[in-house]
Amino acid sequence: MLALLQQTSDFQIISRETVQLIMPEVILTVFGCAALVLDVMLPRALKKVVAWVSLSGVGLSLVSLGILYPNLVNNQSARVGFFEMILVDDYAVVFKLMFLIGAAISIILSIKYLDEEGEQHGEYYSLILFSVVGMMFMASAVDLLSLFISLELMAISVYILVGYLKRDRKSNEAAMKYFLLGAFSSGVLLYGMSMVYGLTGSTNLAKIAAAIPNVLKIDVVKTMTERSVMDMRYLLLLSMVFMAAGMFFKIAAVPFHMWAPDAYEGAPTSITAFMSVGVKAASFAMFGRLFLYGLPDLRATIAGNAADSVPSLPGWAVLLGVISAITIVWGNLGALTQNNLKRLLAYSSISHAGYTLLGLIAGNQTGYIGVVLYLFIYTIMNLGIFGCIIALKRRGISGDNINDLNGLIKKAPWLTVMMTIFLLSLGGIPPTAGFIGKFYLFGGLIETGNPWLARLAILAVVMTVVSLYYYLRFVKHMYIEEETETTPLAPSRVLNWTLSVAAVVIVLIGVYPKWFIDISQRAARSQALKTYSYKAEEAEQPLELPGSMGAPSR
Amino acid sequence: MVPLSWYLILSAALFTIGAVGVIVKRNVIAIFLCIELMLNGANLALVALSGFFGDIGGQLFVFIVMTVAAAEAAVGLAIIISIFRTRESLNVDDADTMKL
Amino acid sequence: MEKAVFIIFAIVAVGSALNLIAQRNPLYSALSLIGTLASLSALYVTLHAQFIAAMQIIVYAGAIMVLFVFVIMLLNTPEDHPEIEKQQWLRYLAIPFAAVLIGEALYVFREIRNITLPAQGEAEHAIGTTWSIGTNLFTQYLLPFEATSVLILMAIIGAIVLARREES
Repeated sequence: MLALLQQTSDFQIISRETVQLIMPEVILTVFGCAALVLDVMLPRALKKVVAWVSLSGVGLSLVSLGILYPNLVNNQSARVGFFEMILVDDYAVVFKLMFLIGAAISIILSIKYLDEEGEQHGEYYSLILFSVVGMMFMASAVDLLSLFISLELMAISVYILVGYLKRDRKSNEAAMKYFLLGAFSSGVLLYGMSMVYGLTGSTNLAKIAAAIPNVLKIDVVKTMTERSVMDMRYLLLLSMVFMAAGMFFKIAAVPFHMWAPDAYEGAPTSITAFMSVGVKAASFAMFGRLFLYGLPDLRATIAGNAADSVPSLPGWAVLLGVISAITIVWGNLGALTQNNLKRLLAYSSISHAGYTLLGLIAGNQTGYIGVVLYLFIYTIMNLGIFGCIIALKRRGISGDNINDLNGLIKKAPWLTVMMTIFLLSLGGIPPTAGFIGKFYLFGGLIETGNPWLARLAILAVVMTVVSLYYYLRFVKHMYIEEETETTPLAPSRVLNWTLSVAAVVIVLIGVYPKWFIDISQRAARSQALKTYSYKAEEAEQPLELPGSMGAPSR
Repeated sequence: MVPLSWYLILSAALFTIGAVGVIVKRNVIAIFLCIELMLNGANLALVALSGFFGDIGGQLFVFIVMTVAAAEAAVGLAIIISIFRTRESLNVDDADTMKL
Repeated sequence: MEKAVFIIFAIVAVGSALNLIAQRNPLYSALSLIGTLASLSALYVTLHAQFIAAMQIIVYAGAIMVLFVFVIMLLNTPEDHPEIEKQQWLRYLAIPFAAVLIGEALYVFREIRNITLPAQGEAEHAIGTTWSIGTNLFTQYLLPFEATSVLILMAIIGAIVLARREES
């Protein structure tokens, strides 16, 4: 006992380098706590200071990420820390950058929104910061344990934020639905994780990936009378389905999307914006870790054994393919009949989740670039469109009915132009960023040369054309319809500047996408997203982790 | 000795009962209790497998899940209280178009 | 002997779980969940997970369930009224769902029915003890543990934000 204790005290649990790995998260946590304390200290009139403090926290976190990135990641590709709990590679860093940009824009949207609602409180901003901490850990976690806790860290703070307007009945009900279905999906995910743990004997994703070939071994014992097959593949399939189902809830893929329209409509608009991009992107980051890093061998098929005539089972790419096809069709058709802008954008975000899944299905470099690039672009354009809706909000008018847009071009020409840019980008019209993202996603599918995937790509293109109908309906209301509402807008200078920058970035990516494609390519090249051939028979080597930093040499 | 499969079957049974409860129950608190039952089903599997592998990971997973369940309970019950403040009934169907 | 203990507690656990979904009053549901939790705790002891067993009683059956019961009593929930139930089709969804899961359980049984738990070695090195949990929690699993502290802080804020009465 004493010897063991001695051994324990020799560990250097937290080295300086290890702390550096989580520095952006630590800074956000500190600022989140600071926001709480400031909220109590400041008088009611000065509550807005808390928002600016939180925003500077996000800025500092970005700076620390910027310092960390060249030092740790650029040179030697990836670092493992905290006993292989997290892996900071290009993939993680690019996603963290995405979350921080999303959080910064969301905070700016919230300042204006909460002013209009008269609900300016410090807890709101600290909850946003804490949920971003969860998202950032989701992108870098490579252990089922750390993935689960960071997912919950993100999810629970978003449950609270959805119900933040507690005098509003819709907000309450949205929070309840989102909470119940979210908790249910966490349970399903956890059960899937427990089965994977049972099959592989480890919670570490790299070790799971290494153990999968053993699970796939099929022992056929032939005796005189009977032929018994030891076959764990059905369990593997089931655990995969459970984990995927849990994640489908988080990204709002059909048939696990039913919470999305209600939750998006009921939540405060600034939170709708935040959860439609942040939660979705973080869940995709986790999806990538779980399936591309943890279960890469099960992509196309769960290999059978031809010699003993044991058939192969479908892999997760097949599952994702079916789900994404349904999601794209359902999301776009659902959006056609909506008159509430928030509900419409909820359906549109469902269909965008379907598009993004296409990149994971393609399984080649182009597809992975597409996933990261599209999530990046989606973050900016979706926050942009929600920002425009918040800019329309003024006393007595919520700004989220399609008729509130009537004749907007006369009232606010620049806002109308920006909104048009975001809408065209969401629809994927060429000079905007949305086109570039969709180009990579669909191109990845075509590149595989698989006829079924080509059909899927054609379906996606057709549905994109359908989606233009409802996006252009907004445009029609803004430019052609007569003005029905004469209340002047209540412009906010900060919000307008932010939206302008976002609109310019969207056009810029559309015209000159090189920088964004470069960073997406980096993320796609990193360990988590190794390119796996669509053909399953090529046995890939299990992923090897580089020597861990914090781990003791036992 | 009790075979491992017994524990796993019990775990699957509890998870199933919980999941079925989530689908068929109407009362919000009852649904929430069923979710807790699902988590416990998964926990039992984790502890049994942890003992089987001689690996501490499963038990620490359970430890984390318990904390998460506590946090979820605090937040979920607070949401239920706040919804109760705005309305009297607690049946999910009153919340317009709740589709599970 | 151990098999007998398992069977007794398994029956109690499943029976309480079934009672949970059979009861119309959420208070009785909560009480039967406590039954399940307690018998699971006993099963954890048979699995040599002493620390988790204690936590199950103290944290789960104690703190969390008391919170549930407290809220149920506070709200004085009306019993479910069957006439307002909609979406009958969901009930039919439950049957295939349960069938898949039960099929899975039987499949597990068929595949690994003969595997038993390895015998525990010296108590000192056994994995379920408080010492072993503590050591691992503060070394290998430090990061998730620290993340838990943020989670708890957030849950506290959330509970206050949501349940606080509006000062008008």
